[in-house]
Amino acid sequence: MQAVKYARAADIDDAIRLLAEGGDKARILAGGTDLIVQARERKRDVDLFVDVKHVAEFMSLEYDDSSGLTVGAATPLYELYGDKTVQEKYPALVDASTVIGGKAIQGRASLGGNLGNSSPAGDSLPAMIALGGIATVAGPNGSREVSVAEFCTGPGRNVLESGELIVSINFPAVSDSEGAAWQRFIPRNEMDIAVASAGTWIKLDGKVVADARIALGAVAATPLVATGAAEALIGNELTDEVISNAGDAASSIASPITDMRGSVKQRTHLAKVLTERTIRDALDRINSQ
Amino acid sequence: MIPEPKVISTTINGDEKQVLVSERDSLLEALRDRIGMTGAKEGCNNGNCGACAVIMDGRLVNSCCVMAVEADGSEVMTVEGLASREELHPLQSEFLQNAALQCGICTPGFLMSSYALLQEKPNPTEEEARFWLAGNLCRCTGYDKIIESVLTVAKG
Ligand SMILES: Cc1cc2nc3c(=O)[nH]c(=O)nc-3n(C[C@H](O)[C@H](O)[C@H](O)COP(=O)(O)OP(=O)(O)OC[C@H]3O[C@@H](n4cnc5c(N)ncnc54)[C@H](O)[C@@H]3O)c2cc1C
Ligand code: FES
Ligand code: FES
Repeated sequence: MQAVKYARAADIDDAIRLLAEGGDKARILAGGTDLIVQARERKRDVDLFVDVKHVAEFMSLEYDDSSGLTVGAATPLYELYGDKTVQEKYPALVDASTVIGGKAIQGRASLGGNLGNSSPAGDSLPAMIALGGIATVAGPNGSREVSVAEFCTGPGRNVLESGELIVSINFPAVSDSEGAAWQRFIPRNEMDIAVASAGTWIKLDGKVVADARIALGAVAATPLVATGAAEALIGNELTDEVISNAGDAASSIASPITDMRGSVKQRTHLAKVLTERTIRDALDRINSQ
Repeated sequence: MIPEPKVISTTINGDEKQVLVSERDSLLEALRDRIGMTGAKEGCNNGNCGACAVIMDGRLVNSCCVMAVEADGSEVMTVEGLASREELHPLQSEFLQNAALQCGICTPGFLMSSYALLQEKPNPTEEEARFWLAGNLCRCTGYDKIIESVLTVAKG
């Protein structure tokens, strides 16, 4: 391990101060499942870990019918998907968080860490975007809200300014006419990085789609918001043709790379397949409510 | 910035211990090199193999992905805490009985993950057991005997 110091933040302001004073090489330590490994393998030059897990706001998990679900940035996934309300109202978060690593990873890994790491393949990101997730960001100049959709700016890069951190992520309250789902494709059953992934949220008015959000993972340098795919659904009933049109719109914006996990052709195709499957899953979830 | 020696106070298998660690030690390094508890194994040192799995504050974690200083004030259970003084834990007995190990490097991690599984789901299906143990890699056994052993212990 490179020479790294450790500080335990007492509250949000303390975390901001430690991060700001620590400069470029100070990083927030949530579950450490990315950060500790990257620091050990010297993929990230870091000399200070700022541990936020002893600050209540970073570890929260709260729901109410007006403000929706608020998940502390460092709340372990294990706690998130184990929660009854999350299972009932936000199954798309369960879809994604139960396949991030194995149980020993999920005991520590967090949504804030997945977002802070800003990998285009970060599995929770399309699910969070589909659900309309908004991150509360705090820093030396106060607080601001950033939608998860606009958070990542490139592989490993994001909108956080120096000294800024994510406190929590909020998801709007959901009604019975809304449903969401997330899926990824990997060649194995578990423990792998997504070749591609998709998250879909739909809101129905009778049988017609009143609103929708679709997001794609691992098919570009950042997670993508598939606006055209959502527009293909809005105002229509979910016939096979409408769903297929949305799939085509999703694959048309994919601009993936070829690497050891998959080719451009496969990933572009997967953008369509996974979009269509998650639309059907989301619909099934509404119908089974 | 230079890491400093720090004293952490951690309850390990029920015993409160004061341990002198470096700020840059992982929990795995502290257990093996500072305390001399070599039950947890280093397979990959990057979170993928589960050989270093321990239970920290009631939750299964890979100790190579935890800093030792993070465990200050925590309770840690390692494979050394599984057996009582007189008797092996049923999982340990069954792994032995059923030859669920060959070289044994993965075994402490599998035991801790299986223990955590049975704490949460005393009666897992085979599929649940396989998903729970997906973060533990074994180069030797082919997994079937491990899964069988866990399910046998669950059935009692
Ligand atoms: C074996 C293994 C398997 C994995 N499998 C998957 C997988 O299937 N899918 C997947 O998406 N990921 C996977 N990962 C990666 C990792 O587990 C996830 O990205 C996880 O969500 C990171 O969360 P964390 O809390 O551990 O983050 P940390 O490692 O603590 O932090 C990650 C990054 O985000 C920054 N950060 C953390 N919290 C904040 C905050 N509050 N404010 C600002 N910045 C912050 C950190 O400084 C760091 O740069 C895997 C990792 C391992 C080791
Ligand atoms: S040594 Fe920790 S997971 Fe492999
Ligand atoms: S027995 Fe050798 S790795 Fe599992």
